[in-house]
Amino acid sequence: MNEDLLTPDAGGLYCQAGDFWIDPLKPVPRAVITHAHADHARSGAGQYITARDGVPVLAHRVGQPEDLQALDYGEPIELGASRVTLFPAGHILGSATVRIEHDGQTWGVSGDFKRAPDPTCRGFEPFACDVWLSEVTFGLPVYRWPDTRQVMDDILDWWQGCIRDNRPAVLFCYALGKAQRILAELHGRIEAPVWLHGAMKPLTDCYREQGVAMLPARPVSEAPKGEKFGGSLVLAPPSAAGSPWIRRFPRHSSGFVSGWMRIRGNRRRRGYDRGFVLSDHADWPALINTVADMGAKRVITIHGNGEVLARHLHDQGLEAECWNLRQTLARPADNADSTPA
Amino acid sequence: MKRFAALYDRLDGTTATNAKVAALVDYFSQAPAEDAAWAVSFLTGRRLKRLVNTRELREWTAEASGLGLWLIEESYEHVGDLAETMHLLLPPADSDDLSPGLAELVEQSIKPLRQLDDDARKQAIFRLWRQLGGTERFLLNKLLTGGFRVGVSKRLVTRALAEVAGVDSALMAHRLMGRWTPTARFYRQLLDSESDSDFEQSTPYPFYLASPLDEGPDALGNAADWQAEWKWDGIRAQIIRRGGQTWIWSRGEELMEGRFPEIEAAAEALPDGCVLDGEIMAWQNDRPLPFAVLQKRIGRKKPGPTTLKKAPLAFLAYDCLEWDGKDIREKPLQDRREALAEALAAAPGLLESGPVVFDHWDALPDLQAESRGRGVEGLMLKRLSSSYQVGRKRGDWWKWKVEPYTFDGVLIYAQPGHGRRSNLFTDYTFAVHDGEQLVPVAKAYSGLSQKEIDRLDRWIRNHTLERFGPVRSVEPTHVFELAFEGIAASPRHKSGIALRFPRIHRWREDLSIADADSLETLKALLEPGK
Ligand SMILES: [Zn+2]
Ligand SMILES: [Zn+2]
Repeated sequence: MNEDLLTPDAGGLYCQAGDFWIDPLKPVPRAVITHAHADHARSGAGQYITARDGVPVLAHRVGQPEDLQALDYGEPIELGASRVTLFPAGHILGSATVRIEHDGQTWGVSGDFKRAPDPTCRGFEPFACDVWLSEVTFGLPVYRWPDTRQVMDDILDWWQGCIRDNRPAVLFCYALGKAQRILAELHGRIEAPVWLHGAMKPLTDCYREQGVAMLPARPVSEAPKGEKFGGSLVLAPPSAAGSPWIRRFPRHSSGFVSGWMRIRGNRRRRGYDRGFVLSDHADWPALINTVADMGAKRVITIHGNGEVLARHLHDQGLEAECWNLRQTLARPADNADSTPA
Repeated sequence: MKRFAALYDRLDGTTATNAKVAALVDYFSQAPAEDAAWAVSFLTGRRLKRLVNTRELREWTAEASGLGLWLIEESYEHVGDLAETMHLLLPPADSDDLSPGLAELVEQSIKPLRQLDDDARKQAIFRLWRQLGGTERFLLNKLLTGGFRVGVSKRLVTRALAEVAGVDSALMAHRLMGRWTPTARFYRQLLDSESDSDFEQSTPYPFYLASPLDEGPDALGNAADWQAEWKWDGIRAQIIRRGGQTWIWSRGEELMEGRFPEIEAAAEALPDGCVLDGEIMAWQNDRPLPFAVLQKRIGRKKPGPTTLKKAPLAFLAYDCLEWDGKDIREKPLQDRREALAEALAAAPGLLESGPVVFDHWDALPDLQAESRGRGVEGLMLKRLSSSYQVGRKRGDWWKWKVEPYTFDGVLIYAQPGHGRRSNLFTDYTFAVHDGEQLVPVAKAYSGLSQKEIDRLDRWIRNHTLERFGPVRSVEPTHVFELAFEGIAASPRHKSGIALRFPRIHRWREDLSIADADSLETLKALLEPGK
């Protein structure tokens, strides 16, 4: 029986063979960061190792680290007695899954991932591993995503309706990843003014500088005085929904783009007019298919409510268990508004 | 069904009232009459009788989706709505091109389910699940499970229908009252501006509802323009006497046939063409009995002689809406009171809830303070010149309730709410001290802000002691001020008391559990005659 290559520690995972942590929440000497979302990347680590595509966004989030090693996808490095390789996770720009090899064992670790196509980042690439640590943000069979194209059509229809009625179309979505994905999906499909909440501007600039083609968008702060935003699309983070900022958009219709919008009650409770089911995470079928694609015999669920998926995989004859890295995270009712979904 | 599903999506896709009314108007002016009739029925909150039990539906969903039953249960707990859970788990429909109309679906497919044996019923439902896609299947599941809510009030439906028919909203509200069946004929009558005499004799008038008075009554102007009445804590009801027959309707628009034989008997003496508004009370020796006594009669369809004796009732009339076959709601209150007096002279078995005499506003607070002792909830203030209006219209009818009782209780259990609150802990149980122990005395689920609910929900998740199914026990830490309307001895409860209408007043973060009230203090409120 081999020893586990990873153990939960510091809010993330610790690898003794390589003496490094993956996505720790507390300061540690050496951190491998899967992506720049706040529940994975924190400031204060001695050394950062991350995918090259993710460096600008990470630097924006945690400040420019003094000691940062950027890795190309698929390019292995030796860390202590282990060998570590990053692969595209398809979650946001520069997101990665981690392969760790040591002593004849191969472990795969997901930060967050999705299998649906996304024009802003490289698609998920499976690799063979013995043990697969899978995020489970949407770990119930009710979470099945509609086709992205269909969702974008629905968003366009709704926006067009707002253009007809000369009302602002305020679309709430997470500021890193989702906002840019929407702008990239809309690119070439419509020409109409788009405005950004201030919190989204620097991240969107980051994406543009890396060559991601997106619909042009201006920050709301640059709008002329008295602008009514009739027929305009306004992107804003969910936290802006209850703030005085929203008063700038009289008569607006509101939408929220998130996997949580699959459930009607989640939308109605927050009072959004429309919910659009588009997620940067894997849905239930994708979580299960990915286990098969990785060829893993053992699955450990992390980040989210993994008990149900673990039990389901166990029923299918796999070794499966649930590790609770961060007890307080990833309850939909707690943080559907503040965590990328 | 496609058209109705499109209406549902439009209603569901906006929070703006005008947009909802516009969607309803479009639907009602375009839909075939037989479909529109069913739409009116569902949108105003009527339900089909339960046709399939929910255990079967869960098992069939498991079978149709190829998922284990436990996954269906886990999903249901997360989603909180069975119809939606089934919809989200079922495989996509074959093709929804051949969608039946709403009336056809209800009458040809859904209603006959009741006559089928188990196996045939299952096959029929599987066929429907394959046939209907998207919102249509979600709505089908809603109809199968009975509940139907889409965030439009009956008032909005009434407004839209009135607009389509080109009649006044109040008239449409009247047409929608009472007994009707959703048929094409009914729908055409509803929209026909001339058809009022065709409506059933039993049809009641829409009730006029008072608004709560939040300041003192002196803000209402000249006291001489107002009439005060006691505010009874009973069942609001209308007695209709037409064509030699009597009907009693509750405010919930339920026909109370046979439930209150003593009141029906007393009403036989009313002249034809007479409609009275008032309150059904448990009543003995010229004064109210506790609400708990009335409760013994609620839900009892055919009370026997013992019940009639133990829980005697009276009707306290305070308004007359129809007299001599004429709708007199437009006449001022003082004129209607004269008609009422004549009616009651003919039917002495019915009582009058007479005016409470006062000549100056200064006299009212003292009268109001007598409320508890008299077994009433407070005072009603009605403008003498006011007509009898429809629904809750502010301005002419006010209710001035006595302050509720309050106590400080400790949160000890929590469980998820229903519907849109299903993934939040919003149903709480509160306890008070009883010696060394905390004993539960009240369940409450309203009164906190969304922010407080979210914060409490997080706290509950992190401080759960034990789970019993959906219920969690939590560390006794938080104290809340609760309000309630009444208290009664109750051997069925561990605490020995039952509180009426408990609700949360506020979160007392300044108090620790030692500051919470004791059972003794609550029991002290159990005075005789309450
Ligand atoms: Zn993420
Ligand atoms: Zn994450």
